[in-house]
Amino acid sequence: MDRSEKNKAYWRKNLQYLAILLSIWFITSYLCSIVFVEQLDKIRFGGYRLGFYFAQQASIWIFVELIFVYTWLMNRLEKKYRTDTETEETEQP
Amino acid sequence: MNVQTWTFVMVGLSFALYIGIAIWSKARSTGDFYVAGSNVHPLVNGMATAADWMSAASFISMAGLISFMGRDGSVYLLGWTGGYVLLALLLAPYLRKFGKYTVPDFVGDRYYSHVARIVAVVCAIFVSFTYVAGQMRGVGIVFSRFLNVNIEVGVLIGMGIVFFYAVLGGMKGITYTQVAQYCVLIFAFLVPAIFISILITGNVIPQLGLMGKVADGSGLYLLDRLNGLNEELGFNLYTDGSKSTIDVFFITAALMLGTAGLPHVIIRFYTVRKASEARISAGWALLFIAILYTTAPAVAAFARTNLLKTVRYEQNGELKDIRYEDVPSWFKNWEATGLIKFEDKNEDGAVQYRGPKSEIENELTIDRDIMVLANPEIAKLPNWIVGLVAAGGLAAALSTAAGLLLVISTAIAHDLLKGTIMPTLEEKQELNAARIAAGVAVCIAGYFGINPPGFVGQVVAFAFGLAASSFFPAIVMGIFSKRMNKEGAVSGMIVGITFTAAYIIYFKFISPELNTPDHWLWGISPEGIGTLGMVLNFIVSLSVSALTAPPPDDVQALVDDIRIP
Repeated sequence: MDRSEKNKAYWRKNLQYLAILLSIWFITSYLCSIVFVEQLDKIRFGGYRLGFYFAQQASIWIFVELIFVYTWLMNRLEKKYRTDTETEETEQP
Repeated sequence: MNVQTWTFVMVGLSFALYIGIAIWSKARSTGDFYVAGSNVHPLVNGMATAADWMSAASFISMAGLISFMGRDGSVYLLGWTGGYVLLALLLAPYLRKFGKYTVPDFVGDRYYSHVARIVAVVCAIFVSFTYVAGQMRGVGIVFSRFLNVNIEVGVLIGMGIVFFYAVLGGMKGITYTQVAQYCVLIFAFLVPAIFISILITGNVIPQLGLMGKVADGSGLYLLDRLNGLNEELGFNLYTDGSKSTIDVFFITAALMLGTAGLPHVIIRFYTVRKASEARISAGWALLFIAILYTTAPAVAAFARTNLLKTVRYEQNGELKDIRYEDVPSWFKNWEATGLIKFEDKNEDGAVQYRGPKSEIENELTIDRDIMVLANPEIAKLPNWIVGLVAAGGLAAALSTAAGLLLVISTAIAHDLLKGTIMPTLEEKQELNAARIAAGVAVCIAGYFGINPPGFVGQVVAFAFGLAASSFFPAIVMGIFSKRMNKEGAVSGMIVGITFTAAYIIYFKFISPELNTPDHWLWGISPEGIGTLGMVLNFIVSLSVSALTAPPPDDVQALVDDIRIP
């Protein structure tokens, strides 16, 4: 593969990751915590209603995990498609 | 030692620490001043970002708001954290790869247009001033309540400290003081939360205490107990919402999109070495933020329980309203500041605290802002903790104020002077201009802190709405659409801002009496309208750019370049 094909493949893969991770982001924050909160509240564990738990605790921790998972995926991807601009970049302001 | 002595000790020690760091980290170049030389470790930057982000509103007001709003308070918890996912996935790494110093830099270069750059500069300055006035007011409140100095003196002391390290150290000084401020504020937030959690639920971890049982032998879960107390006094159930689903949806989205578009947050990601570090740094930032944001709902529930149990106590198996002569000392202390108001409407000498569903008239008004500050006193915690909370509130307010002042000074010295008016400016002159701009901005912020414009609360909706409807779409399309051109981006920003601003101004300033769900467009409040503004921005930008010429080749090459690793 030449450089521009490599870059295209890298970008396509990145967009795939984004689509998957942002779907999870949308489902936890908007569907579980807001739209279906009443229905989920009927499920109880301990002192929590599930919808309330999503809205005030779980979503926030899932957000944190999403970013770390994305970082890990991208670091792996960059290693695979690394270009020589990497060394240049560290010298920029 | 009494509360006041402890407060002096805690606040004094923390201020000495900030000044020491400022002297150690003086800025020597514009690169140091704007982006701390771009060699901050991602974890350190994450901590600084967390302090930058968590303002007086997060530290002082948020738990109080949730405490009164119950489930509706989730809009702040979700809205002020979820934006970091967008930042880390869609913006920060690419902006870092693009390099340079500011958001207007990117907008101006990507859209090859001075108009776009100036729109971005004006938005950045407006949003930052809106925010900074609120921080200075927070400083004033803490000083006047805990140190018995008047608000003016409090604001002046706060200004002096910020002036010292922001003007001297620029972004470099701010970064390392923010790290110290994060440590102070998170410690000050967690210590009382843990103490109160042990008192109420017997659990050391507040997040677990929130889902646990009350330790009063009743065997009830905390949230059920709280629902019971709320219901008995005629309030909504704590775990139920009263806002409509569509409004909660739109407000949450506007806060998230606004977070991702706020210049003082974005600018922090220019301080790390490369794009991959910007990603992980956003992860660290959100982790440090999450520690406070998951504790806040627990603090909110504990505070509400304590408050209701204080005003409505049980005697011989019978529930009674507290008599005014029996109220605890914190009640009288806060009453003196005007933030607690009691009016004995039925003249029976007892304090009736009642909700909207009760048949008895409510006699007690409690300002939401005092819940966190009064919490340690309500729970009868030792005096040193009260002093610590005061130092934490100041750390939260000062760290955010400093970050905002830097955006203002950068926007003026770099984007306006060097970028548009006087491109021949030498580095040394630019650095001096940035210092002077920071100094002037501190003074203006202080003025607004002492004479707060009555509309500070309302303009926060503005800040997020504008960031969501202007910056966010312009930057995202600049990265993800190669076809997006100057015409599309500028017309989109103008339509987005005009629509959002007009809606907010109409309901907040022109006809505040119409500001009810019946009159809102599709039931969306002014706080959530930025989301619709963003959708409009996207639609207009994409249609206009499809009908006009594609951007020049060098701009398309620029987009290709920021996308590759």
